[in-house]
Amino acid sequence: MRKLAWLAAIAFAISGVTAVQAQDTPRRGGTIRMTAPYAASFGSLDPHTTPRAQDDIINKALQRTLYNWDTANNKLVLELAKSVSVSEDGLTYTYKLRDDAYFHNGRKMTADDLIWSYTRIMDGTKGFPAARYVRILKGAVDVEKGQAKEISGLKKIDDFTLQMTLTDRVEPGYYFFAGSTAILPKEEVEKGNFAANPVGLGPFKFKEHIPGSRVVAERWDKFYKPGMPYADKLEVLIMAEAAARDVAFRNKEIDTSILGPAQYVAYRADPQLSKGILEVPEMFTRAMQFNPTYKPFADKRVRQAINYAIDTDLIIKRLVKDKAYRAVSWLPPSSAAFDKTMKPYAFDPAKAKKLLADAGYPNGFEFELSTSQNESWGLPIVEAIIPYLDKVGIKVKPKMVEVTVLTDVAMKGEHQAFIGSNLTGPDSLATLRCYYSKTPRTACNYTTFNNPEFDKLLDEAGAEGDMAKRNDLLRQANNLLYEEAPVWFFNYNKAVLAYQPWIHGLQANPTEITHQYPEYVWVDATSPAK
Amino acid sequence: MLPILARRIANIIPTLAAVVALVFVLFSVLPGSFVSAMNEDGRTTIDPAVMERMRKEMGLDDPVTTRFAKYVGHIVVGDLGTSFRTREPVTKLISPRVWPSLKLVFAAMCFAVAIGVPLGFIAALRPGSTIDTAAMVGAISGLSLSQFWLGLMLMYLFALQLKWLPSFGYGDGGIYHLILPAIALGVGPMALLARTTRAAVLDVLNADFVRTARSKGMTETRVVEWHVLRNALVLVITTIGLQFGSLMGAAVVVEKLFAWPGVGSLLVDSVFQRDIPTVQGCILLIVTFFLLINMLIDLAYVAIDPRIRYG
Repeated sequence: MRKLAWLAAIAFAISGVTAVQAQDTPRRGGTIRMTAPYAASFGSLDPHTTPRAQDDIINKALQRTLYNWDTANNKLVLELAKSVSVSEDGLTYTYKLRDDAYFHNGRKMTADDLIWSYTRIMDGTKGFPAARYVRILKGAVDVEKGQAKEISGLKKIDDFTLQMTLTDRVEPGYYFFAGSTAILPKEEVEKGNFAANPVGLGPFKFKEHIPGSRVVAERWDKFYKPGMPYADKLEVLIMAEAAARDVAFRNKEIDTSILGPAQYVAYRADPQLSKGILEVPEMFTRAMQFNPTYKPFADKRVRQAINYAIDTDLIIKRLVKDKAYRAVSWLPPSSAAFDKTMKPYAFDPAKAKKLLADAGYPNGFEFELSTSQNESWGLPIVEAIIPYLDKVGIKVKPKMVEVTVLTDVAMKGEHQAFIGSNLTGPDSLATLRCYYSKTPRTACNYTTFNNPEFDKLLDEAGAEGDMAKRNDLLRQANNLLYEEAPVWFFNYNKAVLAYQPWIHGLQANPTEITHQYPEYVWVDATSPAK
Repeated sequence: MLPILARRIANIIPTLAAVVALVFVLFSVLPGSFVSAMNEDGRTTIDPAVMERMRKEMGLDDPVTTRFAKYVGHIVVGDLGTSFRTREPVTKLISPRVWPSLKLVFAAMCFAVAIGVPLGFIAALRPGSTIDTAAMVGAISGLSLSQFWLGLMLMYLFALQLKWLPSFGYGDGGIYHLILPAIALGVGPMALLARTTRAAVLDVLNADFVRTARSKGMTETRVVEWHVLRNALVLVITTIGLQFGSLMGAAVVVEKLFAWPGVGSLLVDSVFQRDIPTVQGCILLIVTFFLLINMLIDLAYVAIDPRIRYG
């Protein structure tokens, strides 16, 4: 009897271990149900025509780019090439392309497809958003201006070898991992109905698009990563309303859901829901940007005073419900150039008052702050900082505008200050170029920052081939920004994704948490989706 | 009847022309553009050179008069232009949204008429009773409730708690996905119809011809069916027509909440993104729908009330 009991116990233990292992072993089959939370529709399923984060959610499944982001190691990796060699001057890259990548129409990808795709993007009559990335290729601007039909910096060596010559010493991966630089099949695009029937190199092939509702894709069996994708089907459901997503998630109708501040608090407090939360500091910096053409903001002391006057930590804790990280300077913590020893501006109203007095504003001043209605970096935040600035004598007049208008306002310089969210990665050099004096306001230098020392650091970083030395120079530049305080450093976004217990393989992608590489994602047998 | 119909259809054209012109002018003066709207999600950066090319491609730098002339020239041949966002014909963008919108609006109105008209009728036949009070309290509540809140409550109750219905989406286009958004959209019109019906019936019940009919010995049922109902229906049908016509545009909150792929949510998205050709196309569709419905209602009067004749 005792022997039987022991045997039963051993059998039970083995089945438990097997169950755990089975749980860890990706299951082939099932349906992944992701959500697209940023708008009530997709812009376009032709990736070249859209730079929107929402569209990239589905394009990560249908399309592929030359490079991709390795979320596990937080770095760029080759996706459509097996290897790359770089010339001594750092300007010519020779790629050995994959010979096992097939478009969803069955045709194998070759070097011609990359050349065609990048040339299409540079069509100057079309204004494709990805032109800003492809412009890094030598000769691309000539195509854009209509002075050439081919990009001279792209050379086909053979079907699976492509040579790229750049205009600048940059890491091309930062330019060619953007979703809008996807490699497309010419013959499918030229049929004329591509956005309605997209064809790509991704792990899933397009099945159905109900505009305003969902996109459905099926496993592409000829995907080049062996055994992947795991799931049979992927559904990306459009759900822009956070409250509706919350109900659908609790009702197990969706597998993932982006959480806003209110839901973040509720989910963390729930013993079940709290087990399925993925958090990552994204590469977005929220800040109030000062226009130095408005006299008080031309003085560094005034800008620093505003940073000292506001209890930023308390606003993040109470208003943003801890769904953000305190910003130290412009670059986020995930950047290799981020200085981990730096401390953010302390909350010190006395010091703020002294700085204002030194700058000639002992009684403060008044300014207009343009803002959107966004709950994380808009009007609620402005309302929170008003009393802090009031205490040091600064009167803030909020001016609420649509987000659409905010960009216009910033680019035209029709503001005294505005508060917004800014993409600050993954390319730290490109990010900091927004403060380079030659970068115009319309390009992203909304503060018209002009500091010779900063420019020198960026020039040296751009010319430096050694990544460690480059990062060190960028670190110094980033620290200089902290000192000059062209903005009130608010926070870095904390992206939070709730997920169901049956979905596995999700990645903490700091470039954008909703941009999951679905070939790694799988659902176990407990998923209610068929 | 045919000459009346032709005249009515001809009258629609100047109204549509005025709407087209008004929308065009409004969006010309509205701040922001499609190009700057691309950054509205706070996650995108647009290159200024690309922005300039986009503006050229979309003709945004042309004078307003030139753009309007081109637009009118396309409209008269049925071309609603090209969407800035998708770079596809606007008709291609709108057409898959029309049937879901019509389904939702029709279902909402069926709910509203099926509940609201009988409710108002019963309330009017028993003025001051418990039924009358309850019906009118319900009607006022229905008019006051936010569609967004009501929709969420319906989701919570019927989807999350009872698990009877799905909480969102279009699904396979079947009735299960239609029920909750139709109720959320239909409660407002139902409430208005209940009140309108009650007022119309009470008005007719006190009329001389109804008193005469009763004094002639007609049964109450006959009086209500033959005299009251037909006379009260004119006002009720007017209300139904106005509600029906406006629901397609008013459905936007419900469409966004339930992720219903209708014209309303496309319109709002396009406004935020300044996709002007799509906005104009959606408004044209909604206004045409409204005018056509009201034309049909006007023609229906003739069938209901023989005294009404159009010259």
